[in-house]
Amino acid sequence: MESFLHQLFAGLATGGIYASLALALVMIYQATHLVNFAQGELAMFSTYVAWALISAGVPYWIAFLITLALSFACGMAIERLVIRPMKHAPVLSVVIVLIALLLIFNSLAGFLFGPDIQSFPSPFGALESVQTAFVNAHQLGVMIVTLLVVLALFLFFRFTTLGLALRAVAVNAQSSRLVGIRVGSMLALGWGMAAAIGAIAGMMVAPIVFLEPNMMAGVQLYAFAAALVGGIDSPAGAIVGGLLVGVLENLLGAYVIGTELKLSVALALIIVVLVVRPSGLLGKTVVTKV
Amino acid sequence: MQKYLAALLAITLAVLPFALEDYYVFQLTLILATSIALLGLNLLTGFNGQISLGHGAFFALGAYTQAILMDRLGLSYAVGVPVAGVLCLLFGMAFGLPALRLEGLYLALATFALGVSLPQLLKYRHFAAWTGGVQGITLQKPAAPFGLALSPDQWLYFFTLAWVLLCFFSARRLLRSHVGRAIIAIRDQPIAALALGVDVARTKTFTFGASALYTGVAGALSAVAVQFVAPDSFSVLLSIDLLVGIVVGGIASLSGAVFGAVFLRVVPALTEELSKTATGAIYGVVLIVFVYALPLGIAGFVRRTTARLRAVRSERT
Repeated sequence: MESFLHQLFAGLATGGIYASLALALVMIYQATHLVNFAQGELAMFSTYVAWALISAGVPYWIAFLITLALSFACGMAIERLVIRPMKHAPVLSVVIVLIALLLIFNSLAGFLFGPDIQSFPSPFGALESVQTAFVNAHQLGVMIVTLLVVLALFLFFRFTTLGLALRAVAVNAQSSRLVGIRVGSMLALGWGMAAAIGAIAGMMVAPIVFLEPNMMAGVQLYAFAAALVGGIDSPAGAIVGGLLVGVLENLLGAYVIGTELKLSVALALIIVVLVVRPSGLLGKTVVTKV
Repeated sequence: MQKYLAALLAITLAVLPFALEDYYVFQLTLILATSIALLGLNLLTGFNGQISLGHGAFFALGAYTQAILMDRLGLSYAVGVPVAGVLCLLFGMAFGLPALRLEGLYLALATFALGVSLPQLLKYRHFAAWTGGVQGITLQKPAAPFGLALSPDQWLYFFTLAWVLLCFFSARRLLRSHVGRAIIAIRDQPIAALALGVDVARTKTFTFGASALYTGVAGALSAVAVQFVAPDSFSVLLSIDLLVGIVVGGIASLSGAVFGAVFLRVVPALTEELSKTATGAIYGVVLIVFVYALPLGIAGFVRRTTARLRAVRSERT
């Protein structure tokens, strides 16, 4: 029983990380109807920036905030410089550009920070006094951070004018423009926020998987699965999906198939969801008029 | 003019392996094999409009089939190539069935997942008796048969060249047949194609299978040439490389597959001297530049330039 609870909490902690990254994917999907293949690499790059700051002696939480700000700016810049010119381009061109970003960030990280594996500090040392047999301090901290992120996003989207404007653009860009919302700025804002949320996910997962240029490959795959399970256009779905996928991954890994085939679980999940229920658990079913 | 060029090309291809050292002949063989893989991906993504970010999986399946047939069952490499092709055809059609329901981005996502999770499957403990696990399988380079006075590298070059010719001619015939027109119509106007009586589901599944077949043949050929298969050679980067190849060579162009193959083999060799990680960044930048500036790739550029030259010449006369 104790080992089961241990696996369950470990699953909820990693699930929280998947949920954050899936949230970032959903935000970009809502804003620009794209699946951002470079999301994981962006998050990895942000994490390296945080690592460089911490190594230079900046205290963790200040480095954390600086990284968020930089990631936010970087996300907005990408939307402005690379994504916006592709507005009317065919899907294939957009996919190619996103893959290009993936390659560039991956190799840039290796080039700037070296290909070696680095350890990344966990900021939750203070929580060690409350950790128990089946949940350690970092897992507890990750869960708290995920909750805070979700709460902050909820409050932002529910109670601020900016949040309302962002939601309006996601629902209907044209009408939003007619009532005076700057649609372009909102799309850039969506990309910026997604990059910042991704950065949080990166910094939370780095102490677990260790920091290296390819650290997000598996995490991103799980985030894809999470976003699809929950419904790619549903933020609440991303959270449910993330937690579900995280728990499923850990329990299957511990009791059924072992850790060697973890990624294949994500693959199977993605294909099953796409084929059986493409709108996911909480997503809207899209009906196309012919 | 075109006849002379074709003759010149044929003579060059025939003479090259005798003029070069074995190492460069080996590189040429790899370029040839890669061009078949790009042909396969281009058939699916370029001509049929189904985006695959996981075609490395079929390349790997072909390579592993070849390696297992040669090493574990002691069969000839000449048997392995068609067997790998047929196996990939079946797997491609099986993967194409669920892929039917996926469009654009979603298919890209599903195939991307296939590409990312592939090395883990190849390493899997319970398959290791066949796949050799993490170590992979080492192969012997076959000698030239019938007492031909060729080095193994030269012989493999001609063997691969024969497959290249077979693949490109069959692809050309396919694309010019009614099936080929259906393949292209589905990319351009899926609804109109359906209204005109094209069996969209069957054509798409068939295209997926045929595309996997070509890519699998390429994998089998390159496995013999490299004499080695291992999971880490088939990471998702291989699938991305193939995408880079068709973008640079030219989307929906047969000759583009050759240009793309040359690019994929030559550029990393040049950039790796610069820095180990530079290739990815250069590929990324090249992708973006091509999408914006040369959306039809090198093949499109060549076609446009020759058309312009011809126009200039006809103005003069």
